[in-house]
Amino acid sequence: MLKRSLAIISILIIGYWLAQGLAGVPFGEDKMLVGHYYLQHVKEQTGAVNAVTAIVVNYRGFDTLGEVTVLFIASTGVGALLWRKKRGRTARTEGSVVLTTGVELLFPFIVMFGAYIFIHGHLTPGGGFPGGATMATAFLLLYMAFTIYEIPHKAFEKVEGIAGMSYVLVGLIGLAIGGYFLFDWIWQTWHWGSDNIGRLFSGGFIPVIYTIIGIKVGTELSGIVDNMLKEEVRE
Amino acid sequence: MISVYYFGAIALVLVGLYGVLVKKNLMKILISLSIMETGVNLLLISIGYVSGKSAPILSEGVKWNQAVDPIPQALVLTAIVIGVATTAMALSAAILIYEKYGTLNVEEIRRLRG
Repeated sequence: MLKRSLAIISILIIGYWLAQGLAGVPFGEDKMLVGHYYLQHVKEQTGAVNAVTAIVVNYRGFDTLGEVTVLFIASTGVGALLWRKKRGRTARTEGSVVLTTGVELLFPFIVMFGAYIFIHGHLTPGGGFPGGATMATAFLLLYMAFTIYEIPHKAFEKVEGIAGMSYVLVGLIGLAIGGYFLFDWIWQTWHWGSDNIGRLFSGGFIPVIYTIIGIKVGTELSGIVDNMLKEEVRE
Repeated sequence: MISVYYFGAIALVLVGLYGVLVKKNLMKILISLSIMETGVNLLLISIGYVSGKSAPILSEGVKWNQAVDPIPQALVLTAIVIGVATTAMALSAAILIYEKYGTLNVEEIRRLRG
Protein backbone atom coordinates (compact mmCIF):
# COMPACT_ATOMS: atom_id res chain seq x y z
CA MET A 1 0.00 0.00 0.00
CA LEU A 2 2.82 2.37 0.90
CA LYS A 3 4.63 1.46 -2.28
CA ARG A 4 1.57 2.14 -4.40
CA SER A 5 0.85 5.50 -2.85
CA LEU A 6 4.49 6.51 -3.19
CA ALA A 7 4.40 5.47 -6.84
CA ILE A 8 1.19 7.43 -7.47
CA ILE A 9 2.58 10.57 -5.80
CA SER A 10 5.84 10.47 -7.74
CA ILE A 11 3.96 9.79 -10.97
CA LEU A 12 1.69 12.78 -10.35
CA ILE A 13 4.78 14.94 -9.81
CA ILE A 14 6.32 13.66 -13.06
CA GLY A 15 3.03 14.26 -14.88
CA TYR A 16 2.79 17.83 -13.62
CA TRP A 17 6.37 18.43 -14.69
CA LEU A 18 5.74 17.01 -18.19
CA ALA A 19 2.56 19.07 -18.53
CA GLN A 20 4.48 22.21 -17.53
CA GLY A 21 7.05 21.45 -20.20
CA LEU A 22 4.41 20.87 -22.84
CA ALA A 23 2.58 24.08 -21.95
CA GLY A 24 5.18 25.90 -24.02
CA VAL A 25 4.39 23.77 -27.09
CA PRO A 26 1.09 25.05 -28.53
CA PHE A 27 -1.23 22.42 -29.93
CA GLY A 28 -2.47 22.68 -33.50
CA GLU A 29 -0.21 25.52 -34.60
CA ASP A 30 2.22 25.52 -37.44
CA LYS A 31 5.61 24.70 -35.92
CA MET A 32 7.28 23.42 -39.09
CA LEU A 33 10.80 24.46 -40.02
CA VAL A 34 12.16 21.63 -42.14
CA GLY A 35 8.67 20.30 -42.73
CA HIS A 36 7.83 23.18 -45.05
CA TYR A 37 10.85 22.44 -47.18
CA TYR A 38 9.93 18.77 -47.42
CA LEU A 39 6.30 19.49 -48.31
CA GLN A 40 7.25 22.10 -50.90
CA HIS A 41 9.90 20.09 -52.69
CA VAL A 42 8.73 16.50 -52.22
CA LYS A 43 7.14 16.19 -55.65
CA GLU A 44 9.99 17.44 -57.81
CA GLN A 45 12.78 16.03 -55.67
CA THR A 46 11.51 12.52 -55.08
CA GLY A 47 8.51 12.06 -57.38
CA ALA A 48 6.42 10.77 -54.51
CA VAL A 49 3.03 12.16 -53.53
CA ASN A 50 3.12 10.78 -50.00
CA ALA A 51 5.46 13.07 -48.07
CA VAL A 52 5.88 10.67 -45.15
CA THR A 53 7.23 7.80 -47.22
CA ALA A 54 9.42 10.22 -49.16
CA ILE A 55 10.97 11.36 -45.87
CA VAL A 56 11.29 7.82 -44.54
CA VAL A 57 12.94 6.38 -47.65
CA ASN A 58 14.52 9.32 -49.40
CA TYR A 59 15.40 12.27 -47.19
CA ARG A 60 16.11 10.22 -44.08
CA GLY A 61 16.97 6.88 -45.62
CA PHE A 62 19.56 6.10 -42.98
CA ASP A 63 16.81 5.96 -40.34
CA THR A 64 15.02 3.30 -42.31
CA LEU A 65 18.21 1.32 -42.80
CA GLY A 66 18.77 1.41 -39.05
CA GLU A 67 15.17 0.44 -38.44
CA VAL A 68 15.43 -2.56 -40.76
CA THR A 69 18.64 -3.49 -38.94
CA VAL A 70 16.88 -3.29 -35.56
CA LEU A 71 14.10 -5.54 -36.81
CA PHE A 72 16.62 -7.99 -38.24
CA ILE A 73 18.55 -8.08 -34.97
CA ALA A 74 15.29 -8.64 -33.07
CA SER A 75 14.27 -11.55 -35.25
CA THR A 76 17.77 -13.05 -34.99
CA GLY A 77 17.71 -12.51 -31.24
CA VAL A 78 14.33 -14.21 -30.86
CA GLY A 79 15.67 -17.11 -32.88
CA ALA A 80 18.81 -17.30 -30.75
CA LEU A 81 16.96 -17.04 -27.43
CA LEU A 82 14.42 -19.71 -28.31
CA TRP A 83 16.87 -22.06 -29.98
CA ARG A 84 16.46 -25.77 -29.22
CA LYS A 85 17.71 -28.89 -30.94
CA LYS A 86 14.30 -30.36 -31.66
CA ARG A 87 11.36 -28.03 -31.87
CA GLY A 88 7.91 -28.47 -33.28
CA ARG A 89 4.34 -27.38 -33.07
CA THR A 90 2.70 -28.90 -30.03
CA ALA A 91 -0.81 -27.51 -30.51
CA ARG A 92 -3.42 -30.20 -30.09
CA THR A 93 -6.80 -28.74 -30.93
CA GLU A 94 -7.52 -28.27 -34.59
CA GLY A 95 -9.71 -25.31 -35.40
CA SER A 96 -13.28 -25.80 -36.50
CA VAL A 97 -14.12 -26.32 -40.17
CA VAL A 98 -15.49 -22.80 -40.43
CA LEU A 99 -12.22 -21.38 -39.11
CA THR A 100 -9.89 -23.40 -41.34
CA THR A 101 -11.97 -22.84 -44.47
CA GLY A 102 -12.28 -19.16 -43.68
CA VAL A 103 -8.52 -18.82 -43.24
CA GLU A 104 -7.88 -20.69 -46.48
CA LEU A 105 -10.20 -18.32 -48.28
CA LEU A 106 -8.84 -15.17 -46.61
CA PHE A 107 -5.13 -15.94 -46.94
CA PRO A 108 -4.60 -14.89 -50.59
CA PHE A 109 -6.63 -11.74 -50.11
CA ILE A 110 -4.60 -10.64 -47.10
CA VAL A 111 -1.33 -11.32 -48.90
CA MET A 112 -2.58 -9.40 -51.94
CA PHE A 113 -3.64 -6.47 -49.78
CA GLY A 114 -0.27 -6.40 -48.03
CA ALA A 115 1.47 -6.36 -51.40
CA TYR A 116 -0.85 -3.57 -52.51
CA ILE A 117 0.08 -1.50 -49.47
CA PHE A 118 3.82 -1.71 -49.97
CA ILE A 119 3.75 -1.30 -53.75
CA HIS A 120 1.68 1.89 -53.44
CA GLY A 121 3.80 3.32 -50.64
CA HIS A 122 4.53 6.52 -52.57
CA LEU A 123 0.87 7.21 -53.34
CA THR A 124 -1.29 6.06 -50.45
CA PRO A 125 -0.85 5.84 -46.68
CA GLY A 126 1.20 2.86 -45.68
CA GLY A 127 4.50 1.64 -47.02
CA GLY A 128 6.83 -1.22 -46.41
CA PHE A 129 6.32 -1.75 -42.70
CA PRO A 130 2.49 -1.81 -42.62
CA GLY A 131 2.43 -3.93 -45.77
CA GLY A 132 4.93 -6.39 -44.37
CA ALA A 133 3.03 -6.58 -41.08
CA THR A 134 -0.19 -7.30 -43.00
CA MET A 135 1.50 -10.15 -44.85
CA ALA A 136 2.83 -11.53 -41.57
CA THR A 137 -0.75 -11.42 -40.26
CA ALA A 138 -1.76 -13.78 -43.05
CA PHE A 139 0.88 -16.28 -41.92
CA LEU A 140 -0.13 -15.80 -38.29
CA LEU A 141 -3.67 -16.76 -39.30
CA LEU A 142 -2.36 -19.95 -40.87
CA TYR A 143 -0.46 -20.73 -37.66
CA MET A 144 -3.55 -20.10 -35.57
CA ALA A 145 -5.93 -22.17 -37.66
CA PHE A 146 -3.84 -25.25 -38.42
CA THR A 147 -2.02 -27.41 -35.89
CA ILE A 148 0.72 -28.61 -38.22
CA TYR A 149 1.40 -25.56 -40.37
CA GLU A 150 4.97 -24.28 -40.59
CA ILE A 151 6.37 -21.62 -42.87
CA PRO A 152 8.72 -22.95 -45.57
CA HIS A 153 11.91 -22.16 -43.65
CA LYS A 154 14.54 -22.54 -46.33
CA ALA A 155 12.78 -20.22 -48.77
CA PHE A 156 11.80 -17.70 -46.08
CA GLU A 157 15.23 -17.26 -44.58
CA LYS A 158 16.87 -16.92 -47.97
CA VAL A 159 14.30 -14.37 -49.12
CA GLU A 160 14.84 -12.37 -45.94
CA GLY A 161 18.60 -12.23 -46.40
CA ILE A 162 18.35 -11.41 -50.09
CA ALA A 163 15.87 -8.59 -49.39
CA GLY A 164 18.16 -7.07 -46.78
CA MET A 165 21.15 -7.28 -49.08
CA SER A 166 19.32 -5.77 -52.02
CA TYR A 167 18.34 -2.74 -49.91
CA VAL A 168 22.01 -2.09 -49.20
CA LEU A 169 22.77 -2.85 -52.85
CA VAL A 170 20.30 -0.20 -54.06
CA GLY A 171 22.02 2.26 -51.71
CA LEU A 172 25.45 1.27 -52.98
CA ILE A 173 24.37 1.76 -56.61
CA GLY A 174 23.37 5.27 -55.56
CA LEU A 175 26.82 5.71 -54.02
CA ALA A 176 28.44 4.69 -57.30
CA ILE A 177 26.22 6.90 -59.46
CA GLY A 178 25.43 9.96 -57.38
CA GLY A 179 28.22 10.14 -54.87
CA TYR A 180 26.40 9.37 -51.64
CA PHE A 181 24.77 6.36 -50.03
CA LEU A 182 21.04 5.89 -50.78
CA PHE A 183 21.13 8.43 -53.63
CA ASP A 184 17.87 8.20 -55.60
CA TRP A 185 19.38 7.19 -58.93
CA ILE A 186 16.11 6.12 -60.58
CA TRP A 187 14.62 9.58 -60.14
CA GLN A 188 17.52 11.99 -60.24
CA THR A 189 19.72 10.33 -62.85
CA TRP A 190 17.27 8.48 -65.06
CA HIS A 191 14.29 10.86 -64.55
CA TRP A 192 12.18 7.77 -64.86
CA GLY A 193 8.46 8.44 -64.51
CA SER A 194 8.86 12.18 -64.05
CA ASP A 195 5.85 12.94 -66.27
CA ASN A 196 3.35 10.83 -64.35
CA ILE A 197 3.70 11.91 -60.73
CA GLY A 198 0.79 10.57 -58.72
CA ARG A 199 0.53 7.36 -60.73
CA LEU A 200 1.99 3.94 -60.01
CA PHE A 201 5.11 4.17 -62.19
CA SER A 202 6.73 7.14 -60.52
CA GLY A 203 8.36 7.89 -57.21
CA GLY A 204 11.98 7.09 -58.04
CA PHE A 205 13.27 4.20 -55.98
CA ILE A 206 10.62 4.46 -53.24
CA PRO A 207 8.42 1.63 -54.65
CA VAL A 208 11.50 -0.52 -55.22
CA ILE A 209 12.84 -0.04 -51.70
CA TYR A 210 9.42 -0.41 -50.16
CA THR A 211 8.83 -3.68 -51.98
CA ILE A 212 12.16 -4.92 -50.60
CA ILE A 213 11.33 -3.70 -47.08
CA GLY A 214 7.81 -5.15 -47.23
CA ILE A 215 9.10 -8.59 -48.18
CA LYS A 216 11.77 -8.40 -45.51
CA VAL A 217 9.41 -7.28 -42.75
CA GLY A 218 6.81 -9.86 -43.73
CA THR A 219 9.26 -12.75 -43.64
CA GLU A 220 10.88 -11.48 -40.45
CA LEU A 221 7.67 -11.11 -38.46
CA SER A 222 6.47 -14.52 -39.70
CA GLY A 223 9.78 -15.94 -38.51
CA ILE A 224 9.30 -14.35 -35.07
CA VAL A 225 5.79 -15.83 -34.87
CA ASP A 226 7.15 -19.22 -35.93
CA ASN A 227 9.87 -19.14 -33.27
CA MET A 228 7.44 -18.16 -30.53
CA LEU A 229 4.78 -20.75 -31.38
CA LYS A 230 7.12 -23.74 -31.40
CA GLU A 231 7.95 -25.70 -28.31
CA GLU A 232 10.55 -28.28 -27.47
CA VAL A 233 9.67 -31.82 -28.48
CA ARG A 234 10.66 -34.58 -26.08
CA GLU A 235 10.64 -38.19 -27.13
CA MET B 1 -5.17 24.80 -20.49
CA ILE B 2 -3.40 21.72 -21.79
CA SER B 3 -4.65 20.07 -24.97
CA VAL B 4 -6.55 16.83 -24.55
CA TYR B 5 -4.11 15.00 -26.83
CA TYR B 6 -1.11 16.02 -24.75
CA PHE B 7 -3.02 15.09 -21.61
CA GLY B 8 -3.91 11.67 -23.02
CA ALA B 9 -0.36 11.01 -24.15
CA ILE B 10 1.11 11.99 -20.78
CA ALA B 11 -1.55 9.92 -19.03
CA LEU B 12 -0.64 6.86 -21.11
CA VAL B 13 3.05 7.29 -20.32
CA LEU B 14 2.26 7.64 -16.62
CA VAL B 15 -0.05 4.62 -16.57
CA GLY B 16 2.75 2.60 -18.14
CA LEU B 17 5.26 3.97 -15.63
CA TYR B 18 2.95 3.05 -12.75
CA GLY B 19 2.68 -0.50 -14.08
CA VAL B 20 6.47 -0.81 -14.36
CA LEU B 21 6.94 0.49 -10.81
CA VAL B 22 4.23 -1.43 -9.01
CA LYS B 23 3.38 -4.66 -10.84
CA LYS B 24 5.21 -7.88 -10.03
CA ASN B 25 4.15 -10.05 -12.95
CA LEU B 26 6.64 -9.90 -15.81
CA MET B 27 3.93 -9.96 -18.47
CA LYS B 28 2.18 -7.00 -16.84
CA ILE B 29 5.45 -5.09 -16.84
CA LEU B 30 5.85 -5.77 -20.55
CA ILE B 31 2.27 -4.62 -21.19
CA SER B 32 3.06 -1.43 -19.26
CA LEU B 33 6.13 -0.84 -21.40
CA SER B 34 3.97 -1.19 -24.52
CA ILE B 35 1.46 1.31 -23.10
CA MET B 36 4.27 3.79 -22.40
CA GLU B 37 5.50 3.41 -25.93
CA THR B 38 2.01 4.10 -27.28
CA GLY B 39 1.86 7.26 -25.19
CA VAL B 40 5.19 8.49 -26.53
CA ASN B 41 4.06 7.86 -30.10
CA LEU B 42 0.78 9.70 -29.50
CA LEU B 43 2.67 12.65 -28.03
CA LEU B 44 5.02 12.83 -31.03
CA ILE B 45 2.20 12.67 -33.55
CA SER B 46 0.09 15.27 -31.76
CA ILE B 47 3.00 17.73 -31.68
CA GLY B 48 3.02 17.67 -35.47
CA TYR B 49 -0.67 18.44 -35.86
CA VAL B 50 -1.74 21.71 -37.46
CA SER B 51 -5.41 22.64 -36.98
CA GLY B 52 -7.65 22.15 -39.96
CA LYS B 53 -5.01 20.68 -42.29
CA SER B 54 -5.06 17.30 -43.96
CA ALA B 55 -2.70 14.35 -44.15
CA PRO B 56 0.62 15.00 -45.93
CA ILE B 57 -0.33 13.16 -49.10
CA LEU B 58 -0.16 15.77 -51.81
CA SER B 59 -2.55 14.28 -54.35
CA GLU B 60 -6.03 15.30 -55.46
CA GLY B 61 -5.75 19.01 -54.91
CA VAL B 62 -3.99 19.02 -51.55
CA LYS B 63 -1.43 21.79 -51.85
CA TRP B 64 1.81 21.72 -49.90
CA ASN B 65 0.58 24.37 -47.46
CA GLN B 66 -2.56 22.40 -46.61
CA ALA B 67 -0.77 19.46 -44.99
CA VAL B 68 0.34 18.74 -41.45
CA ASP B 69 3.97 18.24 -40.43
CA PRO B 70 5.20 14.98 -42.03
CA ILE B 71 8.36 14.63 -39.91
CA PRO B 72 6.76 13.35 -36.66
CA GLN B 73 4.84 10.80 -38.69
CA ALA B 74 8.09 9.50 -40.18
CA LEU B 75 9.65 9.41 -36.71
CA VAL B 76 6.69 7.50 -35.28
CA LEU B 77 6.82 5.00 -38.15
CA THR B 78 10.38 4.24 -37.04
CA ALA B 79 9.50 4.20 -33.35
CA ILE B 80 6.59 1.77 -33.77
CA VAL B 81 8.75 -0.77 -35.57
CA ILE B 82 11.48 -0.50 -32.96
CA GLY B 83 8.87 -0.93 -30.22
CA VAL B 84 7.56 -4.09 -31.86
CA ALA B 85 11.10 -5.44 -32.18
CA THR B 86 11.97 -4.80 -28.54
CA THR B 87 8.65 -6.25 -27.40
CA ALA B 88 9.31 -9.43 -29.38
CA MET B 89 12.76 -9.75 -27.78
CA ALA B 90 11.38 -9.15 -24.30
CA LEU B 91 8.58 -11.67 -24.81
CA SER B 92 11.00 -14.39 -25.86
CA ALA B 93 13.12 -13.61 -22.80
CA ALA B 94 9.96 -13.98 -20.70
CA ILE B 95 9.27 -17.37 -22.31
CA LEU B 96 12.80 -18.48 -21.37
CA ILE B 97 12.45 -17.20 -17.80
CA TYR B 98 9.19 -19.07 -17.33
CA GLU B 99 10.75 -22.28 -18.66
CA LYS B 100 13.75 -21.95 -16.36
CA TYR B 101 12.16 -20.78 -13.09
CA GLY B 102 8.51 -21.77 -13.48
CA THR B 103 7.30 -18.37 -12.39
CA LEU B 104 6.89 -14.89 -13.83
CA ASN B 105 6.89 -13.09 -10.48
CA VAL B 106 9.81 -10.68 -10.49
CA GLU B 107 10.57 -10.96 -6.77
CA GLU B 108 10.55 -14.75 -6.80
CA ILE B 109 12.86 -14.81 -9.80
CA ARG B 110 15.26 -12.54 -7.92
CA ARG B 111 15.15 -14.83 -4.88
CA LEU B 112 15.68 -17.99 -6.94
CA ARG B 113 18.88 -16.62 -8.39
CA GLY B 114 20.19 -16.27 -4.86
